[in-house]
Amino acid sequence: MAIDNGKSKGVLVDLTRCIGCRGCQVACKSWNERSVKPTVMYGNFTNPPKLNSECYTNIRYVEWETDKGPVWQFVKSQCMHCKDPACASACPASALIKTPEGPVTYYYERCLGCRYCMMACPFHIPKYEWEKTVFPFPWVRKCTFCADRQADGKTPACIKVCPTNVMFFGPLDDVKQEAEKRLKENPGKYVNHIYGKNEAGGTAWMYISAVPFAQLGFETDIPDKPHPDYTWSMLREIPYKVAGLVVGLSLIAAFRNRGSSEPDSDTTHGKEKKP
Amino acid sequence: MTITEGLQKSFESKGMRLLLLLVGLGIAAAIYRFGVGLGASTNLTDDMPWGLWVAVDVLSGVALAAGGFAITAAVYIFNMKKYKSIARPAILTAFVGYAIVLVGLAIDVGKPISAWRPLIFWQPHSVMFEVFWCITIYTTVLAFEFAPAFLERVKWETPLKIIHVLHYPLVIAGIVLSFLHQSSLGGFFLIMPSKLSHLWYTPNLPYLFYLSAIAAGLAMVSVEGIISTRALKRNVDEMPILQGLGRGARITLIIYLVAKIADMTYQGNWPLLFAGTKASLFWSVELIVGVIVPIVLYSMKSVRESENGLLVTSGLVLFGVVLNRFDVNFFAQAGTDALYFPSVWEFLVTFGLISAIILAYRLAVMHLPVFHEGPLNR
Repeated sequence: MAIDNGKSKGVLVDLTRCIGCRGCQVACKSWNERSVKPTVMYGNFTNPPKLNSECYTNIRYVEWETDKGPVWQFVKSQCMHCKDPACASACPASALIKTPEGPVTYYYERCLGCRYCMMACPFHIPKYEWEKTVFPFPWVRKCTFCADRQADGKTPACIKVCPTNVMFFGPLDDVKQEAEKRLKENPGKYVNHIYGKNEAGGTAWMYISAVPFAQLGFETDIPDKPHPDYTWSMLREIPYKVAGLVVGLSLIAAFRNRGSSEPDSDTTHGKEKKP
Repeated sequence: MTITEGLQKSFESKGMRLLLLLVGLGIAAAIYRFGVGLGASTNLTDDMPWGLWVAVDVLSGVALAAGGFAITAAVYIFNMKKYKSIARPAILTAFVGYAIVLVGLAIDVGKPISAWRPLIFWQPHSVMFEVFWCITIYTTVLAFEFAPAFLERVKWETPLKIIHVLHYPLVIAGIVLSFLHQSSLGGFFLIMPSKLSHLWYTPNLPYLFYLSAIAAGLAMVSVEGIISTRALKRNVDEMPILQGLGRGARITLIIYLVAKIADMTYQGNWPLLFAGTKASLFWSVELIVGVIVPIVLYSMKSVRESENGLLVTSGLVLFGVVLNRFDVNFFAQAGTDALYFPSVWEFLVTFGLISAIILAYRLAVMHLPVFHEGPLNR
């Protein structure tokens, strides 16, 4: 299912450039016609505190103490658009699809709402419209990588509005090269890791940062293996298991029941039973 | 006595009326859930998308209904004639159980009217697709396996003969489908290597789920046999069968324990157990109370020869397997800081579904030839 044909687009997020203006958050909401969910002040500037069905991207305000006082690092989060997405392989109805152009897109009319995509995603991205009832039915919601804008040759909304050029948008290979170039040309500036280059088999969105990713709340235990492989290694064996079991059980049944003429218990049941 | 009179008589007992009340409350709660949506009726959140309904109604319910395939395999494949008398009750339990699992799924998913789609548009890379498909077909297979009881009652000979011919294909299909989806319920979690604690996460989780489901199925058949014999005042001596089921459960649990220990060792996951986390506590309770203690109890002659001893021991096995399914489901979602306790509506639906299983079981044994002596209400 992995798609890597040069056409696929990706994004490099250079966290050192982000000033936390949240223009991307507003542009995303505007383009995708998302409403708001009420939030309350809770001692942190991240608002809303987590992604939800009305919020596909947010800026997290990660704060910690240094010798010179408290500092902030701003972290944009959104769907990573994996090369081989766990959510798409988990979906029983093909409602989530990895497109050759890069975005992982959602077909609401196919979705039955089992929420296995939410369980499967290692980045905690798909969100559910819990408040919806039956007409309309709830959808799974997440960043679309502005697949509609990209189809028109436009840049995704969040990248278009960013005033400090945090995001580098282009073909996946260019994005990787750009990330490696920045790490190489600025020794000591970044931690030596491109988050998303290998995580979960590689993602279309990648991050470079001056602060260790674990400290910024990134999931750092995600294996490099494409996640669909974990379940496919079991599922692909099913035809052989079925064939083996059918043959094996038939042979055992034939051997164990040899010479018996009455295979069923029916005659010993109910009214036919003589007391 | 006509069927109507018989049905009326069935509901004269207090127990049946209580069950009926719980089913009614469950239906009301299900209507409320569709009226106000999942968000307002449940305590599910984006951090905890799979709650009580998945843990009990699906993961545990399917495991507890494993007796259906385990007993049919013993009786019809391995020709253990001793257990023939419990084949039909076990098939009945499985049939009713799976039918209710499908009802539970329809209440839990957000858009049940799209549930037909995976049956038509295949997505073989999805474990959910495979499980859904297997459970649907297996419920149909169970309907056919149980159909003779109904057909004998209404004396409908032709379909009875057809099912008779299909007997072995049905039994084998049931065992194969059960292997696939019982293991695949564990397979759900293979895609979450960074989410589920590695006390449970292993590439072999599907096989562990399968083994524990067999133990749960045998324990469930024992518990249900003992309780129904007492409640329905059947005059039968089932001790030889119960002891045999206990032996089967004990062997399965020993294989499970050895497999679990070997797997933990091979994966190098023992340090996690001594980390003193909430996960290691739950893991210990699950393995000690649900696996090791039952193995010891089943091995004691005094327990084996006492019906109450077998009842309690089987109960512990059920507790262990249900706790295991809870642990896997909830620790897969524990990476977030979510706190989850089911809402009253979630409890009402779950209690209603469980009551519906008992109610349907009891109605069936009263009116259909499920037990050897025939319909109890005759």
